[in-house]
Amino acid sequence: MFQLEEEVKEEPKKDYDLAKSLPINLQGRNRFSQFIASVLVNSLYEMKNYPVVLINTVLSPLSFLVLIEFVSRGSLLGEAIEGGFIMSMFSAGMSLQGDLSHLKNDFKLQDMVVSSPTSWKVYLAGMATSELVYSLPALVVLGILAGYFLHFTPLGTITFLSVLFMMFITSIAVGYTFATFSSDIVQSFAFSRLLSTLFSTIPPVYYPITYIPYPFRYFAYLSPTTYAAELAQNAGGFIRLSPDAVAIDWIVLAAVTVTLFFIASRKARWREI
Amino acid sequence: MLTESLGQLSIDNLTKIYSKSKGKKALDSVTFSVPARGIFVLIGRNGSGKTTLVRILSTELEPTSGRASINGIDVMTEADQLRRKIAIVPQESRTVPWMTPLQTVSSYLLWRGFDYSYAKQRAMETLERLGLGNSAKRLNRTLSGGNRRKVLVATVLASEAEIIFLDEPTTGLDPISRREFWEMLREIGKDRFTFLTTHYLEEAEELADQIGVLDRGKLMGIGTLDQLRKRVSYNYSMKIPISPPLPSSLKISKGEMVRGKDEYRILTTEEEAFDLSRELSRIGYRFTINPVSLDDIFFYLVDKQSGDSSEIGENEDRARRRSGNYWAAQQE
Ligand SMILES: Nc1ncnc2c1ncn2[C@@H]1O[C@H](COP(=O)(O)OP(=O)(O)O)[C@@H](O)[C@H]1O
Ligand SMILES: [Mg+2]
Repeated sequence: MFQLEEEVKEEPKKDYDLAKSLPINLQGRNRFSQFIASVLVNSLYEMKNYPVVLINTVLSPLSFLVLIEFVSRGSLLGEAIEGGFIMSMFSAGMSLQGDLSHLKNDFKLQDMVVSSPTSWKVYLAGMATSELVYSLPALVVLGILAGYFLHFTPLGTITFLSVLFMMFITSIAVGYTFATFSSDIVQSFAFSRLLSTLFSTIPPVYYPITYIPYPFRYFAYLSPTTYAAELAQNAGGFIRLSPDAVAIDWIVLAAVTVTLFFIASRKARWREI
Repeated sequence: MLTESLGQLSIDNLTKIYSKSKGKKALDSVTFSVPARGIFVLIGRNGSGKTTLVRILSTELEPTSGRASINGIDVMTEADQLRRKIAIVPQESRTVPWMTPLQTVSSYLLWRGFDYSYAKQRAMETLERLGLGNSAKRLNRTLSGGNRRKVLVATVLASEAEIIFLDEPTTGLDPISRREFWEMLREIGKDRFTFLTTHYLEEAEELADQIGVLDRGKLMGIGTLDQLRKRVSYNYSMKIPISPPLPSSLKISKGEMVRGKDEYRILTTEEEAFDLSRELSRIGYRFTINPVSLDDIFFYLVDKQSGDSSEIGENEDRARRRSGNYWAAQQE
């Protein structure tokens, strides 16, 4: 309210002079600009203008880690750090789902982009990347912890990074697919929080799957995060997987991702019908 | 065919039936063609199909059937080409609260493919020209409603688009801000084609080079204000309060009279209008007399027609529409 009063009345220049600057000489359209616009709007500007959101992005993966650390008296710290990474990656897709519908429905921003030279692929790539940027503060903190407490072989490092990348892509596929459903329930923030809980806190992301008693263990395998966590724990030397099991985990993650992207691309509409 | 459509907005038999709307036509075989320059204003009450038409033309929505092109570029088959030339401020679009006006405008320019530094520079210039220079680096959420709306318009103005769609840009603005807006729109209408929708008739009167009248998905009239005036067979409009009852000596032989909630509206010829006003003054009745305005044209083209053909169950709606306060009632 205050700020409204403060707003200084400024006279527009009567000669708007806008028309005179048409045509604007564009030396070709810059694809990178189009990509970076989504990253700026959906993450960097918010982080810059509301720095308090950074605390939240750091705290959410760390809170579970701390809990596991206390409950297990430190014995599961490594798994929990890996779990924090996986959860950060997975939450990217969940946020994507919320943000896509928020920008589309509440701000009509997607409509503006649809009728602009930016293609849906560039828009989606930018939005997905923005989610990664958003979790950068958390990734930095986790990275420092990993440097102290995790001891990877070079191959283990590469595997772990690949698992994280795969997790990111899978979660983007999940988020994108859900974003194409236009029902009010799916579009709500509560729903994306529910997905996040289902996929990254209940499944054995922060601890080995062997901690889950048997009939329930099958349920855990319904979540893609379980496969990623298994691979990560194997890479970190916390569990031993047979080569077959490793292959199956990779295949499941890849299959889920490809299937979801396929569904989403059939269902998603840049131009509505 | 191609040469004919150059420099034109051409719409051919455009029909839209939304999938969830049980066959109801949001647009019903709309066909027209207007020069793609200056300001085209599409008027119609809420739900008449304005947004549907705008979204089809701006490549956001598929029509059920029919075609449309702007400057010879087809909205369906050549969408990518068209998207380089158009820009839109959708109905009910909002500025993102965590961004500043400068970030809002420049990010839109990035989406259009501007280089980063040029986008920033151009955004700042545009905001300054619209009188928002001092607010350019504050958060959008601290701006007044009118200024937030200006920021949205600034995004498309700063762009290189030659064709600009503004879907009800002044709805909800106070009368003073609305006038400021008009001045701005008039300026930008000079060198670009602006396609504007509104349900404020005076806005069309103020701004439009061409006017289209839409009602229940059907095009009821198209042309300049003068051309639309000619569609009405009368050139004067009189309004007389409903009470006291009209004197029996008042005879209307040439024009038409419709009873509204608070007043009678008489559309008639100049001659009869002056006869009637002489008679009314003689017996001391209050009345107004004016040349036919867009309000009367709309009344003649839309309300009279839909009144004649409206289905049962809409009586209340019809009564309201017939009343002189129809527009006031629609606006809130
Ligand atoms: N997404 C939609 N699904 C179903 N019906 C719709 C949708 N959008 C608009 N309509 C209907 O189409 C008609 C025209 O709406 P609209 O184009 O928004 O009109 P206006 O912009 O003139 O208010 C209305 O009856 C409205 O209820
Ligand atoms: Mg509308």
